[in-house]
Amino acid sequence: MPVSETNSHLLHQTLKACGIQVVSALPESWLVPVIRMIGDDPRIRLIRVAKEEECVGISAGAHFAGVKSAMLIPNHGFLAAVNPIVSLAHLYKVPLMMFIAYRGTFGDTYSWHTPGGTVTEPLLQTLRIPYTMLDSPESLERRVRDAQALADASLLPVALLLTHELMMEA
Amino acid sequence: MNRIECLRAVYPQLEKRVVVTIMGAVAIELQSIGHRPNFFYLQHAMGLASSIGLGLAVSLQEQRIVVLDGDGSLLMNLGTLSTLAHSGASNIVHVVFDNQSYLSAGDSPTATAQSTDLEGVARASGIPHTASARSVEEFQTAFASALDSGKLTVLVAHVDTSGVYDRPTDLGLLENRFQFSRHCQSLARR
Ligand SMILES: Cc1ncc(C[n+]2csc(CCOP(=O)(O)OP(=O)(O)O)c2C)c(N)n1
Ligand SMILES: [Mg+2]
Repeated sequence: MPVSETNSHLLHQTLKACGIQVVSALPESWLVPVIRMIGDDPRIRLIRVAKEEECVGISAGAHFAGVKSAMLIPNHGFLAAVNPIVSLAHLYKVPLMMFIAYRGTFGDTYSWHTPGGTVTEPLLQTLRIPYTMLDSPESLERRVRDAQALADASLLPVALLLTHELMMEA
Repeated sequence: MNRIECLRAVYPQLEKRVVVTIMGAVAIELQSIGHRPNFFYLQHAMGLASSIGLGLAVSLQEQRIVVLDGDGSLLMNLGTLSTLAHSGASNIVHVVFDNQSYLSAGDSPTATAQSTDLEGVARASGIPHTASARSVEEFQTAFASALDSGKLTVLVAHVDTSGVYDRPTDLGLLENRFQFSRHCQSLARR
């Protein structure tokens, strides 16, 4: 089952349409095409990090300078970034647009993803992080724009969960 | 050498820069010399001062960003050095005050007290320009040449394990954050 190039392209175009100029990312297989597309796009600055914690700092710096940014990370990367989300984004009121590959849920055949899959939403809820699913091309741009509106108005981190349905060809 | 002497020596060059410091002693000492709206003191989120610096650097490409980091904080986020190195950003001077201690958490030794050479780590991570300083004069010279060079620089200042780290200041954390971001956004509009 290959990763959907069409929906990866749509995600890339949506980020651009939302005025996102800086993207920090760490790949996992679902994110490889979209990261490649962003890397090839001179209008978005892609920063490849070594660990997802860094993404929170990069987005904070960009936000302080008035630049819109996004993070592209797997859900295990979200787990890795919990302390900075709390001790930087929440403490300092920094909006984050966290695009999280939602591995380990229905349709995912890789068993090592399931522990992360089962704790992702409960952890988002515990951290009081507003989130929504990106599960179809039709609603994608509207949901991203709405998430951005909330993040900017509330100065909160928000999460957009990239589902199996969106990211993988049927 | 003491960190505060280093800070005093380069303060005139910090005055016009976008500066991000870590929490504790560095922040308190810089504030004691004189707070400015272009100084941001990152409380609590250990390790991320240089990541914030990178976000600022790619967003404010006309500015040179100065990060004032600590050995313990950098050890918590060593990956930042490789990220900085391959990010393509050249407008960052990343100063690491290596006092061989987690001083602001009550003074206990870090790995640099035994074995770890942070300038070596930075060089091996691909940082194009690295330096170490053991005297205030060396520090001042290395800092000035880092600013002039226009190259991404990591400058490790070997400082004494001393300094005040538990004095509260009257600058609110969010006050600092919003003042700083207003300042950065005024630079972006120029
Ligand atoms: C994740 C995390 N762990 C531990 C701490 C506690 N802590 C606060 S400051 C500090 C020491 C920082 O050491 P260093 O960066 O060397 O700066 P110094 O205080 O020596 O100037 C520690 C361990 C923290 N803030 N966050
Ligand atoms: Mg230290």
